[in-house]
Amino acid sequence: MIVRISTEAQYEIDEADIAGLTELDNEAVAACGGDDEARFGETFGRLLEFVRSKGRRISDDELLASDVILPPPDVSMDEARADFSGDGLIPG
Amino acid sequence: MPGLSGRMSTVIKAKISKLLDRAEDPGETLEYSYQKQIELLQNVKKGIADVVTSKKRLQLQEEKLQQQVVKLDTQARQALSAGNEELARTALERKNVAQTELQSLDTQVAQLEQQQEQMTASEQKLRAKIEQFRSKKEVIKAQYSAAEAQVRISEAATGVGEEMADVGLAMQRALDKTEDMKARADAVQELESAGTFEDLTALGSGDDDIDRQLKQLSSSTEVDAELDKMKAELGAGTPAGQLGSGGQAQGTGGTKGEQAPAEGQAS
Repeated sequence: MIVRISTEAQYEIDEADIAGLTELDNEAVAACGGDDEARFGETFGRLLEFVRSKGRRISDDELLASDVILPPPDVSMDEARADFSGDGLIPG
Repeated sequence: MPGLSGRMSTVIKAKISKLLDRAEDPGETLEYSYQKQIELLQNVKKGIADVVTSKKRLQLQEEKLQQQVVKLDTQARQALSAGNEELARTALERKNVAQTELQSLDTQVAQLEQQQEQMTASEQKLRAKIEQFRSKKEVIKAQYSAAEAQVRISEAATGVGEEMADVGLAMQRALDKTEDMKARADAVQELESAGTFEDLTALGSGDDDIDRQLKQLSSSTEVDAELDKMKAELGAGTPAGQLGSGGQAQGTGGTKGEQAPAEGQAS
């Protein structure tokens, strides 16, 4: 599976690691629902670290579409909530 | 996959399809997409130039402030040894403001430096992807039948489209941050032109507005401490001598003794 960390790079993740990734992703979403910026930063950081450490970095001269795309590493919790939550991008 | 990544993927994919929707036949998709890539590359270059300009501007401000700090310190010492404590205090207050500004400028310059590096990296990456796309494009045009070309084109275009959307996002974020700093730099500029960091010899009688700002901005305890320190230094070091009459020490240049080492106060 190809995973992109926005504004950073693409990584190829083994099928075996997808469950772990999904779990961390869900934790980040849960943290996003609260108002604890530090906790969000921490869980989201772990998610990124997981991708970076388990994944194989796709080189710059490969043209591949990603299966999933993660927000940029410097995303704030408010941004994550506003931009990436269900009703954030679709007004009304 | 649900969650943050799932939502983000949806957002980006919507952007990509918007990007590619415009063209109808495969050949056109290729050319259109390529043209968009080149445009984006130009934009990234412009963005980098923008960041560099902002950085240079801040660095220039830093230099000026540094000079002001030295000058105000010298003036405070001169005023104090001439027995004019009030003027010395004002000089130190201004020095304090200038130093606070300097610190925040330092941080901002470092941040811009980081933006610049990030965008330069993005530019290189995008350039490599575009090059890859260009050679694929030629191969596709030369070798494949229309139906097969369609599939390959859409693969390549999606891959490069995603990269473009990503570089666009990176650039947007970098420029947003730069905008914030520009606003901040403008504010400092305004303080500067209001005379907040100005030479005290140019100080008129009733600079109420500036004085009020200074009282808000500078911490008076810090200024007090520095003033005391300066007094102790002056007391311990040089005998204050005959300067006691004090009144016009800062004013119309004429009667300064030979001992004044400060350079730029001639006129």
